[in-house]
Amino acid sequence: MSYSANQLKNGLKVMIDGDPCSMQQVEFVKPGKGQAFTRVKMRNLLTGRVWERTFKSNESLEAADVMERDMEYLYSDGEMFHFMVPVTFEQYAVEDSAVGDNAKWLKDNTTCIVTLWNDRAISVTPPNFVELEVTETDPGLKGDTAQGGSKPATMSTGAVVRVPLFIEEGEVLRIDTRTGEYVGRAGK
Amino acid sequence: MNADLWKPSASIETLQQRAKALRDIRFFFNQRQVMEVDVPVLSMAAVSDPFIDSMEVSYQHHPDSDIYPYYLQSSPEYAMKRLLAAGSGCIYQMAKVFRNGEIGRKHNPEFTMLEWYRLGFNERSLMREVADLVSIITGINAFEEYSYKAVFEKFLGIDIHTASQEQLAQTMNQYVEVSGDYDRDGWLNLLMSHCIEPQLNGAVFIYDYPASQAALARVKKDEQGNRVAARFELFVNGIELANGYHELTDSDEQQRRFEKDLADRKALDLPQRPYDTRLVKALANKLPDCAGVALGVDRLLMLALNKDEISEVMPFDFSRA
Repeated sequence: MSYSANQLKNGLKVMIDGDPCSMQQVEFVKPGKGQAFTRVKMRNLLTGRVWERTFKSNESLEAADVMERDMEYLYSDGEMFHFMVPVTFEQYAVEDSAVGDNAKWLKDNTTCIVTLWNDRAISVTPPNFVELEVTETDPGLKGDTAQGGSKPATMSTGAVVRVPLFIEEGEVLRIDTRTGEYVGRAGK
Repeated sequence: MNADLWKPSASIETLQQRAKALRDIRFFFNQRQVMEVDVPVLSMAAVSDPFIDSMEVSYQHHPDSDIYPYYLQSSPEYAMKRLLAAGSGCIYQMAKVFRNGEIGRKHNPEFTMLEWYRLGFNERSLMREVADLVSIITGINAFEEYSYKAVFEKFLGIDIHTASQEQLAQTMNQYVEVSGDYDRDGWLNLLMSHCIEPQLNGAVFIYDYPASQAALARVKKDEQGNRVAARFELFVNGIELANGYHELTDSDEQQRRFEKDLADRKALDLPQRPYDTRLVKALANKLPDCAGVALGVDRLLMLALNKDEISEVMPFDFSRA
């Protein structure tokens, strides 16, 4: 399957130089007296590189067989991260490089979005918010709930997050995985 | 979502503002004694420009009889020049024009073009008048001016007269990757539309285009003695708003340019279409010395009303047509 340049739109996945890429911004460029182009801001789904490329209106692009599926994180065996599609119980082993920095947000049974290219997992997107337990932090300062200031806290998954001074070990916190920031205590 | 496509793409309030702008434009020309005309939308000839694709329609005397192909105007230029050659004096037209395949945030396959011709003007004096009109409709008062050569120097550090084609290609790929091979004008067009236009803030006139991009402008020498087209464009916040010429009046040269366009079309595997031989005859009869300009009215409204999409200033965009 292929797309012509006039079919390009945000979110479309295509093959560029052998890599699957996702279109992030698509603009039709046509000077009054010049040739028509479609200018696209793209992200390489394997490397994460974002760049711009422009296509002639008669150019065609091969579609990339990319899909996103909700999967539950099961465990890591030290080499691979294992996920399962809840409905079908299909399991996928995901390479370390595809999980990347997001490994620090993965707790058992967390539902993530796994991007598959030709049925191979190429990236893992954790939920926007996760709830994790503090396993290590300096003792909390009693009564200091209003003051500013923060300290590092290590979470059960190994992630280190800046938290307010009053947070104690053993507490469960809500974290925004997109920014890596503390949001609040869980369940509040 | 499709259930909403019966609705206008512009708000009624915007359409009221649009109506007022159209009235102001007509008042502007009325005050300056420029006559309004409405030339045919249908023509036996198509635009010759390789990169503008005319829409074709079929005329038939009866549904059973032979089909005569006609073309929807992509600009009223040829017919207006025939009026000028017939002694019309200064004229303007504000009407729909049609361009196949042009659709996007700033493009709609049919749009409203304002085109006018002024006897005794050259491209520089016409630039003043364009600025006057744009000021009235948008409130913009500051207009910058650069020659085509200067704008490449300023924004890309390129000397268009000495840069090799490889250098042009290399600069382009630093900004935006592109595949394929282009001739010199192809690279210059890519650099202008992809790398320079987005950097233009406010209202900027660009004049003295390369002679190879003259279209229907006459060719002259600039201060350094380079052959340049007596052509200008106006960009506002990176949007191409107007394109004007000190008009070519030489009928032989006009015919040569039409034929070159047809040859270029052939080389690019684009459709061969009849060019306007009646324009060539009109020029041979004598086109008065004049300058003319085409301005996109919908884009002018986008700027005046601060809208991001052309669909927001027209009653029904192409998706609702």
